[in-house]
Amino acid sequence: MAGKKYKSASRKRLINNTIVHIVLAILAIIWVFPILWVIMTSFRAEQGSYVSTFFPKAYTLDNYIRLFTDTTVLNFPKMFMNTLIIAICSCILSTFYTLAVSYCLSRLKFKLRKPYMNMAMILGLFPGFMSMIAVYFILKAVGLTEGALIRVALILVYSGGAGLGFQIAKGFFDTVPRAIDEAALLDGCTRWQIFTKITLPLSKPIIVYTVLTAFIGPWVDFIFAKVICRANSDQYTIAIGLWRMLEKEYIDSWYTCFAAGAVLISIPIAILFLCLQRYYVDGMSGAVKG
Amino acid sequence: MKLFGKKEKEFFEPYTCRNAIREGSGATKLSMLVMGFGNIIRGQIVKGLLYLAAEIAYIIFMITTGLHCLAMIPSLGSVQQEEVWNEELQVYMYTQGDQSILILLYGVATICLTALFFLLVWRGSLKSAYKAECLAKENRHLATFQEDIKSLLHENLHRLLMTPPMVFISCLTILPLIFMICMAFTNYSKIDNHLVLFDWVGLDNFAALFDSSSILGSTFWSVLIWTIVWAFFATFSNYFCGMILAIVINRKDTKAKGFWRFCFVLSCAVPMFVSLLIMRTMLQPEGAVNVLLRNLGIIAPDASLPFFTDPTWARVTVIIINIWVGVPYTLLQLTGVLQNIPGELYEAARVDGANPVQIFSKITLPYMLYVTTPYLIATFTGNVNNFNVIYLLSGGDPVTNLSSTAGSTDLLVTWLYKLTVDKQYYNIGAVIGILTFIILAVGALLTYRNSKSYKDEEAF
Repeated sequence: MAGKKYKSASRKRLINNTIVHIVLAILAIIWVFPILWVIMTSFRAEQGSYVSTFFPKAYTLDNYIRLFTDTTVLNFPKMFMNTLIIAICSCILSTFYTLAVSYCLSRLKFKLRKPYMNMAMILGLFPGFMSMIAVYFILKAVGLTEGALIRVALILVYSGGAGLGFQIAKGFFDTVPRAIDEAALLDGCTRWQIFTKITLPLSKPIIVYTVLTAFIGPWVDFIFAKVICRANSDQYTIAIGLWRMLEKEYIDSWYTCFAAGAVLISIPIAILFLCLQRYYVDGMSGAVKG
Repeated sequence: MKLFGKKEKEFFEPYTCRNAIREGSGATKLSMLVMGFGNIIRGQIVKGLLYLAAEIAYIIFMITTGLHCLAMIPSLGSVQQEEVWNEELQVYMYTQGDQSILILLYGVATICLTALFFLLVWRGSLKSAYKAECLAKENRHLATFQEDIKSLLHENLHRLLMTPPMVFISCLTILPLIFMICMAFTNYSKIDNHLVLFDWVGLDNFAALFDSSSILGSTFWSVLIWTIVWAFFATFSNYFCGMILAIVINRKDTKAKGFWRFCFVLSCAVPMFVSLLIMRTMLQPEGAVNVLLRNLGIIAPDASLPFFTDPTWARVTVIIINIWVGVPYTLLQLTGVLQNIPGELYEAARVDGANPVQIFSKITLPYMLYVTTPYLIATFTGNVNNFNVIYLLSGGDPVTNLSSTAGSTDLLVTWLYKLTVDKQYYNIGAVIGILTFIILAVGALLTYRNSKSYKDEEAF
């Protein structure tokens, strides 16, 4: 009797497990399907966005080659260089800002600490695009919206808000033991030395995380770039370029190239993301716990 | 209030402006007019000269440009740009007219500069003069300029580290916001051609938006309702789907946990705008999804599902796609929190014979809601301002009412974008921005105050 009961329980568990795994498999297919589809499109030989078959009829590498050689309408290599320059500069600036602000808020006691954190919270409630137009007017008044200076404008825009995104890095600095700081203070270190020689070397994960999120920003943002570049097509970043490839006048001839471009910028970001997942999770759960 | 008192004590400072005015000597009081004077006569010459230089620079700026900018603010300029026939060259020449937008910008910038000057530099000089006086009276050591510079690396490190980010934030976030808020009280828009010269109109724009008989007013209410519905569904659908998925993957009996997680995380490794654009093309009337359904024979060969052409379909579609986009992020973020739930709770429940549904609703959910309230508020706020998903997926389409400026999936933010960038109704756009902020601020404050984790946060 007992054996029979045990058997039916284990059978029930087997059925449960099978159902769970099947459901997971279906969900996984739903989540991965669009990505597979864009990868296949990037190798498709037939042009145009509307196809009657799911799998391509012939495979080719021409889309990738065309992306880098055909610069008459949409200059992909130039956009790539623009984005790279902007990303590197804004990455350096905003990493410094984020780390400096989070260190101050985590370790130093000063009068404006709480007011600053409240201000950051309030500013976060305003829709970002509300000030976008005003930012454009300000940059225009300073004369940064013409020619190559657009790059400077974009660097300023991308690193401008860095001081407000301190939550994750602050959460990390909070976990570095304070006893080390105190010991260093007793030994006669200045706070600057503590910051550069003790805290920063201990915080490599969060530095890597900050650098990478700052670096990825310009590659994936397209609204600010669009508002600030307007019609200056030689200053476009990759995101605007890809967006334009899907506009009505280009979509028929550029659709497969769009897929190729999307795959190209996704690969490095995907690799970085998969490697850094852990820090992302740690940072988030730290921030959630407060 | 108690907390405030404690804070005051923590940063107790004897050298305040009030004390300086009440008890300071003549030299200190003279520093109110000639900044840095008090420092110079006590021997802090470089510091005093710097304050003096700042004052002179400010006065010169105000005389040359600042006062003019301030004087123009009430009228915002009135000189029209005009064509003048030039006899010599036989062409029409344009005279330089006033540009209200620049007048407003310079005016706001001047006001900000003045406020900063008095709050930081003027008060700073007064305080430091009083401090120098007090220290000299007590025969204590006065910091030399070199020591002041050195202190930036130690006691005053926060000044060194916080100043550059603060400059950027004030120029690129705070100044634009004030500027935009000012715009809400003007008639700066394409209506009646006020793009070059405009005036203050007080609260007229707010009145126009709240007047539900006009097209603008009715559009506002429908967009507002959809925004709230969207934010609610987008937040909670992601939250629950992500949580259930995380629980299922982390179940003891699930095999190949890493593989499943990889499948889902892969899609958030692709940049969001790429995956959204892909989704949009796939869901077009001739896109991949419809092709697939036709090939499978589920729909007729010439039919297509109206993903973005029927209002109800479009609304459901964006919510579902948002689940697709958002669940991997939620999965990543909630996995860590879920693993923090004490295991004894589950064991006790199992011993008492609870089934999985009971365990979920009586243990997991209350715990998660308690811990993640701040996260939920942040997500809700993020969803109200979720520009990317709507703009890249549907672009606010379909437009059912041709006379209104918003489509049926437009959120307040995308409507704001359309009004300012496409239609150039800058004033209405600014009003919508302010209203969004007010709604979010009130909502966030109320939920936050009522949440259980509020007290813990304060303790931290």
